Amino acid sequence: MKTIWIIAKRELEIFFDSLIAYIILGLFLGFSGFFTWLYGNDIFLVGQANLRVFFSIASWSLFFFIPAITMKMLAEERKTGTLELLLTKSVSDRQLILGKFLGSVLLVCIALLATLPYVITVSSIGNLDNGGTICGYFGLLLMSITYTAIGIFASSITTNQIVAFMTALFIGLFFHIIFGVLAQNFTGSIGQIFETLNLQSHFESISRGVIDSKDLVYFLSITVLGLYLGESSLSKRHSS
Amino acid sequence: MDIQIEKLTKTYGPQTAVNDISFEVKTGEVLGFLGPNGAGKSTTMKMITGYIGFEKGDIQIGGKSVTDPTYDLKRHIGYLPENNPLYHDMPVIDYLEFCASLQGIEKQNINKRIREMVGVCGLNSEKHKKIGELSKGYRQRVGLAQAMIHDPEILVLDEPTTGLDPNQIIEIRKLIRDLGKEKTVILSTHILPEVEATCDRILIINRGKIVANGTSETLRKQSQGNEILKLRIEDGKADKILKSLRTLDTVQSVACIEQNQNVFEVQSLVEQTSKRNVFNLCVQNKWVLTELTPLETKLEDIFRNLTVK
Repeated sequence: MKTIWIIAKRELEIFFDSLIAYIILGLFLGFSGFFTWLYGNDIFLVGQANLRVFFSIASWSLFFFIPAITMKMLAEERKTGTLELLLTKSVSDRQLILGKFLGSVLLVCIALLATLPYVITVSSIGNLDNGGTICGYFGLLLMSITYTAIGIFASSITTNQIVAFMTALFIGLFFHIIFGVLAQNFTGSIGQIFETLNLQSHFESISRGVIDSKDLVYFLSITVLGLYLGESSLSKRHSS
Repeated sequence: MDIQIEKLTKTYGPQTAVNDISFEVKTGEVLGFLGPNGAGKSTTMKMITGYIGFEKGDIQIGGKSVTDPTYDLKRHIGYLPENNPLYHDMPVIDYLEFCASLQGIEKQNINKRIREMVGVCGLNSEKHKKIGELSKGYRQRVGLAQAMIHDPEILVLDEPTTGLDPNQIIEIRKLIRDLGKEKTVILSTHILPEVEATCDRILIINRGKIVANGTSETLRKQSQGNEILKLRIEDGKADKILKSLRTLDTVQSVACIEQNQNVFEVQSLVEQTSKRNVFNLCVQNKWVLTELTPLETKLEDIFRNLTVK
């Protein structure tokens, strides 16, 4: 556990040492802030004291920004050879994957924490539904860990960060849109399967305030699968 | 800790990188790993450090197999990989601290170890810079510092002196020699004089197979065979000297290299020396012996003989 934390901590330190962290955080806040407060179907148009608008915008911006965070995690280590350095220290493949995962998730958490002024602002305008808001953030968090695990896996299979980014987006796209579209086009049990795989419907049911064990199992099982596949692709070097 | 390697084999697809090699390294020994590019040096080192697996054979370190998952072997090994990969965006001190804590050094000892390593590797003036800003030689020192930070019993160094200037090379060689007194050190290099200067034993590997294993003296003896002397004899006629040299009973053959300078090359019979006989011959004939040099086979020649085929 200590090893995982050391790796995660370094990841965060490096991130805030470089410009990338601030660019990504700035873009995330700018993008979600713009659509929540200023443009289109914003809070003032809806006229209700809740953060529904923000949650649906944030789910889209996280969809793009998480792959940008995770793309370098293992791809860069592999490319520069530092992967060999790490894994010949007292670090197992699993610890490395979990450390990278934890580091990325913490970064997303920091981004989410930075949106707390939105909550404060809205609650000063009207009577904010606290339970709904907490559930909304919880849903965003679950979605984030799922996409982070997918991103870590995508980063583990290549040495090229762009390829890692595109792969993560491509896999994410299925969960974010394609399964939903397929669910509408098919009827019966096939439609049911696609509906189960559709991340949006699970996310919406949580952010509506209903925390169902089905949704938790859904998010956590994709996360575990992503991390497991990431670990196996690291371990591939042992066999020829 | 001793390292024992038994019948180790590793293939990359159709290519055999390491083919059935066995050797042993004992505590207090510095083993030099020589071989042309692509001979399997780095692959063997990677297998010893547990970075990659292998198909057949076994590596035992301290009597336990590296494949034993319950054995946290990596804490006992310090490894400097080929090309010395480092995090260029980290300051030297932070990086060493990161490595130390990953190797499980207790918090209160980390700063002490870092100070020691900074001193030993001569990093004091550069310790607050980012690694990316350092010159190649300093990066190499950082690489050595991270390998030694947890005071490992085994050091595996893949080309440790590349990029260093001659002064640094001498310092690092001395450091490796000192470390080698108590620890087990394996180092690979392309620089042949380096092996002679630092290593107790030499292992030459070619195309995944061991072609020579021994101290530099034994390797010399094996490849050289008979004694060869280079002589310069003055105050005599070349053809007469040549004739008399041939009559000596320890001499196998004589060649005249430079006629007008009276320089000869004398090869003795197996396991015999002609030095005394040559001297006595010169005394008898009142010739003046101005040069007598035993010719040693250079390590370069041994290396070329064994690997270019």
